[in-house]
Amino acid sequence: MNRIIVCLKQAIDVSQLKVDPATRQLITAGAAKKISDFDKNALEEAIRIKEKIGNIEILTVTVTAEDAKTVLREALAMGADKAYMVNDPSFKDIDTLGTAYILAETIKKIGNFDLILCGETSLDSFSGLVSSRLAELLGLPQITSVRKISVEGDAVSAERALEDSIETVKAKTPALIAVTREINQPRIPSLMMIMKASKKEIITWTAADLNLPREKLDMKIEVKEVLAPKTERKRVKITGESAQEIAERLVKALMEEGVIGR
Amino acid sequence: MSENKGIIVYSEKHDLLLEILGKGREIADKLQKELAAVLIGYGVQGKANELIKHGADKVFLIDNHALTSFQIEPYLNVLHSLATKYKPETVLIGSTRNGKPLAARLATRLQTGCIPDCNRLSVDEEGRLVCERITYGGTAIAKITFKTKPQIATIPPRTFEKPQPKERNGQIINFDVKIETPKTEIVETKPLEVSAVRIEDADVIVSCGRGLEKKEDIVLLEELAQILNGQVGNTRPLAEDRKWFTEWVGLSGHKVKPKLYIACGISGVIQHVAGIRDAKLIVAINKDENAPIFEVADYGVVGNLYEILPALKEALKKQLQ
Repeated sequence: MNRIIVCLKQAIDVSQLKVDPATRQLITAGAAKKISDFDKNALEEAIRIKEKIGNIEILTVTVTAEDAKTVLREALAMGADKAYMVNDPSFKDIDTLGTAYILAETIKKIGNFDLILCGETSLDSFSGLVSSRLAELLGLPQITSVRKISVEGDAVSAERALEDSIETVKAKTPALIAVTREINQPRIPSLMMIMKASKKEIITWTAADLNLPREKLDMKIEVKEVLAPKTERKRVKITGESAQEIAERLVKALMEEGVIGR
Repeated sequence: MSENKGIIVYSEKHDLLLEILGKGREIADKLQKELAAVLIGYGVQGKANELIKHGADKVFLIDNHALTSFQIEPYLNVLHSLATKYKPETVLIGSTRNGKPLAARLATRLQTGCIPDCNRLSVDEEGRLVCERITYGGTAIAKITFKTKPQIATIPPRTFEKPQPKERNGQIINFDVKIETPKTEIVETKPLEVSAVRIEDADVIVSCGRGLEKKEDIVLLEELAQILNGQVGNTRPLAEDRKWFTEWVGLSGHKVKPKLYIACGISGVIQHVAGIRDAKLIVAINKDENAPIFEVADYGVVGNLYEILPALKEALKKQLQ
């Protein structure tokens, strides 16, 4: 194994996302961004494979409509050797097929690899389609929902967590693996690693660098609306002098609501 | 075969396929289209009639020894050949760990859109499928439709009700296709012990979060759940980080719709809240008065769950027994 490519999405940090209460619209402008959680697990796994086997180059690939250098610095600090950022404002309106297409073209331009690691899904859109679409476009053996990976020469063996079974699957490299969050706990880079990472390279390409025909990026879906759900909860606080009093008042309220009792 | 432009439904999980057939029937009737189910496997022909009883006009049967267990390339090849020949307008696929990659790759091979994990399906004035799905970690619900055909959507388990079976006429078609060789090899399959009790069926859920200090304290919730004839639930950190449970309630776990959801020591991150949004009534018990769970609760108690839960147990006993 010589080279692992990790696909990283710069995602909106959903835990910090705000909603305009009047319109229920999301305030995405200026929202905090980070490496999508699942992708961080994929990167961590690549680093662990490298630590075990040695002499592997870890490259990250990011498709983004806006600059992602800040979050890519973190990936480099964690242990990636080089980051590729394919950045073009025209990527603002692409869907999962467009994203997978750009990733595929980028990876073809990079050249040889043994393994592509992806997160099972993304933190913000939570679609979980891109890794499968990429495997299809590149014609690679694909293993999804993976919670454990072992590299065995020119093959990989992976444990898939399915709904009602654990499946161990083997594939010849090059292959694509999508990991779940249970696979590992991503490391937090030390100050030393952060400093070392500042010398590492972030290569920036645009749509033109990849000769991407615009029609390949046309949206196949149309987003009609994205709105925060209405929360029509009563938000009544139950108070009292003692736990017993509170409990009795709560039980009374639940009886009146008809959700308990006969 | 003539160009039909109907709806095709598929899931490798039989129950989920029946659930999708119910919704598929509704849409097919609205659009006056044909509904076809796909049955893939080995020795599965016996299930074809059940699919017709649950709403299918046609069942495409692909019965082959090489299809005994799910592997993406051969299964994808079957669906792709079928879609190329039958030219469906819509393909609905069960959103499982195997079904979702299948849908994504089918959509890629057909150069079309795919909308995953749809919670609601409807049809717009142009006859296009409109899908609702949870996005941004539960912060929002997106309404999405398609610009290309076929329209491919995936449906999670237990999103739609399984329809009542009835005697109806349908056609079983043996679909002949060359089976593609898989690119991966299944070395071992270990069945997981799946609890027979489904939390989605619970009327009452007493659920715990990080505010619960020790694993032994789950008993406090169990006692309450027992009195209320309900089940115990939990948040993701209690499963993934503390390993006290194997599953959880939330966006990435089980989405529940009980009559009563009692959240004990749960802060209320959006991913968890997205899983309980359809609860009829939500009660939150948390010692942090600023916990976001109170924003989405009908009744909130600011207090120590170690004092409130035992008191609640006594009060319920008094009232209910």
